[in-house]
Amino acid sequence: MKSITKQKSLEEIQQQLEGLSRVYIIGCGTCTTTTRTGGKEEVLAMKERLQGLGKIVTGSTVIPTACDEMTEMSVRENNQAIQNANCILVMTCALGVQKVGSYLTKPVVPALDTLFIGLEDSPGNFHEVCAQCGHCVIGWTAGICPITACHKHLLNGPCGGTNNGKCEVDKTKDCAWTLIYQRLKEQGRLHLMRKYQPIRNSQVVPRPRMVTIS
Amino acid sequence: MAQTFKEALSSGKFVVTSEVGPPKGTNIEQMLHHIDILKDKVDAINVTDHQSSMMRFPSLGGCLYIKERGGEPILQMTCRDRNQLALQADLLLAYTRGIRNVLCLTGDAVVVGDHKEAAGVFELDSSQLLRAIRQLESGKDLGGNELDGAVEFCAGAIVTPEARPIEPQLIKFEKKVEAGAEFFQTQAIYDLDNFSRFMEFARKFPVKILAGIVLLTSARMAKYMTENVPGIFVPQALIDEMASAPKGEAVKKGIGIAGRMIASLKKEAVCDGVHIMAIGREEVVPDILAVAGL
Repeated sequence: MKSITKQKSLEEIQQQLEGLSRVYIIGCGTCTTTTRTGGKEEVLAMKERLQGLGKIVTGSTVIPTACDEMTEMSVRENNQAIQNANCILVMTCALGVQKVGSYLTKPVVPALDTLFIGLEDSPGNFHEVCAQCGHCVIGWTAGICPITACHKHLLNGPCGGTNNGKCEVDKTKDCAWTLIYQRLKEQGRLHLMRKYQPIRNSQVVPRPRMVTIS
Repeated sequence: MAQTFKEALSSGKFVVTSEVGPPKGTNIEQMLHHIDILKDKVDAINVTDHQSSMMRFPSLGGCLYIKERGGEPILQMTCRDRNQLALQADLLLAYTRGIRNVLCLTGDAVVVGDHKEAAGVFELDSSQLLRAIRQLESGKDLGGNELDGAVEFCAGAIVTPEARPIEPQLIKFEKKVEAGAEFFQTQAIYDLDNFSRFMEFARKFPVKILAGIVLLTSARMAKYMTENVPGIFVPQALIDEMASAPKGEAVKKGIGIAGRMIASLKKEAVCDGVHIMAIGREEVVPDILAVAGL
């Protein structure tokens, strides 16, 4: 699993940093390193860009996995440089930004937008496979998630926009239901596609989502 | 109209429906003009629901005007913009105002329209919406709660006989029939041989099929549709025929082609009727019907 992110424009980062002249930068050694949005190189490049905007960068670090509990230790280790800053610019996914923020009273500012949770198909190519909807249906759909892979998250087959196996919203994207159909057919299980799927439960875990595992 | 759409469907006659597109804004003159042209010429008039995901005056509003002017409306209802509560509420209102026909559609994607950053709801799909109607008819809402006054609709859906691959489309067609669809209006068809093959399959089910007839207005439009609109295939012979029209007479040619196709479908009893989509040129629908001998 990877949290897929995209760097915000420098303009937006600058707007978020308005009035905050001293910045500490945190990157992540896991997902944002893979996506080259918040690894060591990107943190150093950001440092230069911020300096170019006249900011003072008090320090930086790349936490091995920003969303786990080691983050607290890393924040404490770099306490002095963090204390010298007005804010923390966080080049991790939103999980890391919030994890960092939970240990600090100083403002945390995201440098990235978190796009989706995805798999890497080939170097540099990521695609979303799970929308974390709370009720998995892929046992009926040949292991392909229609909630995620179909633009309209349809449960009962393709819409009229399907076109030679492609999606109406983007000719480069596969129609999820054509893929599901082909795989079920190969498996000799097309009867599963004929099964009516009821309206999905949008409140499996109502937001804000929380569970306690005992 | 003297009879309801449902009565027309069961009468055995060759049923004709057409459609109007509501305006973008509050100037409803043209829509009313189109309604007045069509209301006594066809068995029912669809009103599109933010067609192509372009924000417009609502389908329900257009249907109310059709009722007011003595026509028989078909409420097009997509699942794109409303959740369960909103869809059900609109059906309750429609019923109390005498609207008795609903065409259940999934709806185009939001991103193809003119509010590209808006949320697409799609909480239901077309087959789920059909079942929702049947549930409301049973006196209960989707939450399982008792209704104080139920609804009753003639519910239909769409099918794309030119979809590639066709089998998933046929499976969905069957699911819509099982969900309670009584009639189908098809996506535009131009290849009558292929449509006849689809009808051999569709005839096995107790539903009425109205073939979709989209007026061709130029060779360019025909070519564009076949290359860009999913599920539409215009045979080269028809594109050539459109191209052969003298300057300024392409629409006339399109009217001739549409009328000829309808006449052929009727003569050979291929399907139960047609749904004519003139896409903004509703005033020529009577001409198409005249060519068709209807």
